[in-house]
Amino acid sequence: MSDIAGFPTKVDISLTVNGERVEARVDVARHLVDFLRLDLGLSGSHAGCEHGVCGACTLQVNGEVVRGCLTLAAQLDGAEVWTVEGLTDTGSLADLQAAFVSRNALQCGFCTPGMLFAAADVLASGKVPSRAEIREHISGNYCRCTGYEAVVDAIETVARSRAGGGEASA
Amino acid sequence: MKAAAAGYVRANDLSHAISLLAASEGQARVLAGGQSLIASLNLRLAGETALIDINGVTELCGIALDGDVLRIGALTRHRELATSDLVARHAPAISQAAPLIAHAAIRNRGTIGGSLAYADPAAELPACMIALDATIVVQGPAGRRGVRATDFFIDLFTTDLGEDEMIVAIEVPACAPGERQVTMELARRSGDYALAGIVLVRRENGARVAFFGVGPTAVLARAAMAVIDREGSPDEAAAVLDQDIQPLDDVHAPASVRLHLARVLLRRALNATLAAEVGHV
Repeated sequence: MSDIAGFPTKVDISLTVNGERVEARVDVARHLVDFLRLDLGLSGSHAGCEHGVCGACTLQVNGEVVRGCLTLAAQLDGAEVWTVEGLTDTGSLADLQAAFVSRNALQCGFCTPGMLFAAADVLASGKVPSRAEIREHISGNYCRCTGYEAVVDAIETVARSRAGGGEASA
Repeated sequence: MKAAAAGYVRANDLSHAISLLAASEGQARVLAGGQSLIASLNLRLAGETALIDINGVTELCGIALDGDVLRIGALTRHRELATSDLVARHAPAISQAAPLIAHAAIRNRGTIGGSLAYADPAAELPACMIALDATIVVQGPAGRRGVRATDFFIDLFTTDLGEDEMIVAIEVPACAPGERQVTMELARRSGDYALAGIVLVRRENGARVAFFGVGPTAVLARAAMAVIDREGSPDEAAAVLDQDIQPLDDVHAPASVRLHLARVLLRRALNATLAAEVGHV
């Protein structure tokens, strides 16, 4: 890779990942998922298609869900990143994770971390989404197992439970 | 695959971004939301390019109404387009288009300027610009110029942007009282690129219809517009669409299917504007 004058090929970044401060010098072509998996050892974010289609790398940057494979680590100076490991530790995904387990809402599980972020995102407003709205929201996380009926069940169950309706359909 | 990138600089402001672009002599690209650019870097389709990251350039942010023009900063995310009251009121076609773009995680990052500069023929926003007769405001070392959307999109992934220019804003004529706007598309799966899509704008001085996903660029359907303007029926307008669009066969659909879907969309959009509240469906 030839250098272009004035454009460094490595940059220094300082960010927080799962609440912990991280300082690193990264190759500018390194995307966020590889940075997390290969440099920080956080393998919960999955690298699937690496062009934004499969959603397995979905995680949170500055409070918004994004595709980790379509975000460069170099862009993240000052950012706050949360992965499935971090949100498992804080417990903020605990009810979703329990519902995914009890509904058997996965087959191979490769999509699950990204699916949890998509699920948390559709529930963030606090409203109980319709099944159609849930399907629309997880449509960016489809892989190929077709096991999504149970995923919709799990998300719907948590939505109702969070809204105070308990395990309405369980 | 893993990305190739030949360097990266975060631009501090617009003049910094433009001076970096000029100094790179065509070897750097502007990185906005990155939802197409980083994908093409990962697929090694973007060549050996350096990146000028404009995500910190605040001059490119914001949506404002200035008289009868809605001005949208180039760095406006699709999510902001989808949720902005100003866009919903003054450019409902864009408001309707934004939720159709990819998925929530992509809309959080992708920008209007990036989508227009990339000029994917199946993307919603270039067609919105053409149907709305918007002006794309671009800037380079020689200064700022406005380009009519109909002159901006030249061919597949090819625009009027100079090598040393970038999009800074979009200027859209604000929706007038009585004007009606509809954006619709047909896709196999929510968030996929549409097999065909339409943006219909009915103004006092005539209809404008743009299609996307049916050719090398978004295209203005002039023959259909003429039929609509002489009060022809939706069926009559749909009948002449083969003069406006000539889709090609591809792996997703044969040409005849895309033409058929375009006709379906035109009829639906026209019927929606007949039934709709002003500006909204």
